[in-house]
Amino acid sequence: MADKPLTSQPEKPPTLERLRAGWEKIASNRKALPIALVVGFLLSFAIPQFELVNPYVQLILMYIGINIILTISLNLVNGYMGEFSVGHAGFMAVGAYISALLTTRVFPLGSGAWLFPLAVIAGGVGAGLVGLVVAVPSFKTRGDYLAIVTLALNMIVKSVIENIEAIGGPRGIPGIDKLTTLPWTFFWTVLAVWVIRNFVYSNFGRGVLSIREDEIASDLMSVNTRQVKLLAFTISSFFAGIAGALFAHVLQFISPRVFDIIKSTDVLIMVYLGGIGSIAGSILGATIYTVLLEVLRPLGMWRMVFMPLVLVLLMIFRPRGIMGLREFRWFIPYRDLFASRLWRQKKEVPDASA
Amino acid sequence: MNNHALLSIKDLFVSYGNIKAVKGISFDVHEGEIVTLIGANGAGKSSTLRAISGMVPYTGQIAYKGTDLRKMEADKIVALGIAQVPEGRGIFGNLTVMENLKLATWQRKDKPEIERDFERVFSIFPRLKERSNQLGGTLSGGEQQMLAVARALMSRGKLMLLDEPSMGLAPVLVREIFRVLKEINQSGTTILLVEQNANMALRLAHRGYVLETGTIALSGTTAELLGNPRVKEAYLGG
Repeated sequence: MADKPLTSQPEKPPTLERLRAGWEKIASNRKALPIALVVGFLLSFAIPQFELVNPYVQLILMYIGINIILTISLNLVNGYMGEFSVGHAGFMAVGAYISALLTTRVFPLGSGAWLFPLAVIAGGVGAGLVGLVVAVPSFKTRGDYLAIVTLALNMIVKSVIENIEAIGGPRGIPGIDKLTTLPWTFFWTVLAVWVIRNFVYSNFGRGVLSIREDEIASDLMSVNTRQVKLLAFTISSFFAGIAGALFAHVLQFISPRVFDIIKSTDVLIMVYLGGIGSIAGSILGATIYTVLLEVLRPLGMWRMVFMPLVLVLLMIFRPRGIMGLREFRWFIPYRDLFASRLWRQKKEVPDASA
Repeated sequence: MNNHALLSIKDLFVSYGNIKAVKGISFDVHEGEIVTLIGANGAGKSSTLRAISGMVPYTGQIAYKGTDLRKMEADKIVALGIAQVPEGRGIFGNLTVMENLKLATWQRKDKPEIERDFERVFSIFPRLKERSNQLGGTLSGGEQQMLAVARALMSRGKLMLLDEPSMGLAPVLVREIFRVLKEINQSGTTILLVEQNANMALRLAHRGYVLETGTIALSGTTAELLGNPRVKEAYLGG
């Protein structure tokens, strides 16, 4: 087997072959991820410091980070757990408003930059609590009902904010300081990815996956499905709140209209574009969608025709999204990596044992 | 009958809306036994098992080792030592065989014991060891059934409830599964087996109950049931 040259591949151009070999080397290198993290973190400081890219691109980079947090947190519920939550913007709004109120009204003037992390955490905790309150009654039912409950929640949050004059009502909160910086965005994005990746690969996370696969069997395997669902949903809404807080301090102006159902739909699109049940997919989906929307801006009105078309095509040719239920090697823990590699070999050579 | 029953069921009623699936059945399962419930479709066999595992609401009393299971949630019942192999196997198709098995130990904290149980399960089912990194959904029907039984073993079930393990399997695989069940029983696990394949079930079990439209029509040792003309005609094909 080994000395026989593979007959199907010799026509490929050598550069492509070399690129592929290089990619393989990077992908299988366990040290690559920490190196990429350190480089990324340094870059996040260097870019605004030395104006390596123009402020517009910096803004896009921050949006990408925020969207990754949103996508990965929704993917935990919709992709890994197999439920269908559609009101992510509602939790985002809670985080955005709590943090914006703290930095504009509560914190003493000038201390915003120092106390900003606290405001972000407060936003996340607030959203997490709202998530918990929603999850307790709604997870007594299954499937589609959660979609309706979360949809309703999104509307409720929006109308509640609209009707409280003290927090600006429909006019929103203007004049928020631009406290979200590139390093902070990078930090929170990495934290969200790290927490959710570790959660998904833990014993608890296996419980989350089993609920997606077969909830009845999961109960019969001694998984406390209720507890697992509550925790997963709370973590998901916590990070939605974090993303909302960062978002408010980039946009510098928030109003209830920003957090309507369209915003929730955007997050859903990023999840299903990148692929359900995948960390790498969430990152890819959020990045591609954000960049594509910006690149297509010159098309004007036609952008909103082109984007859905891309999605329709994607669903036809890749119904599970770009990375659906697959994972990039960097994100798989070492103990599970061997398993997935063995499995891949078996799949390629089905009759090895025969 | 006996106060020392491992599982005792009294006046069990299960209904789904207006449909009464189980209409007041009572029976006991003693430690070390294999007891089988046989009957046609809709006789209430699966509903009985679901009630024991806390998956459906019911009236009546179900007690395991003297503890009332009524108020308990499904996952707590499993932790007590009642492991159900559900109808249609309930394999987690997108998870590996290993992950499927690990899920059965979800509530267990005793790592060395879990390791030993893995070894035991793999010695009973060497096929699963070979395929431990394969996705559950890619296993054959027989292998999936073995995985389902293996999971029940991993959750340390003292009482194993099996819901039609022979469903959809070739006769040779059914014999294999039943051979393993006998082995598991001999090493100390009590088994409550629900089957449509009455012939196989009655050959394996010690005692049996025949369910007809939600009530117990006949009961006795399997030898008695195998010799009963009514059972012969209705369930053993004349």
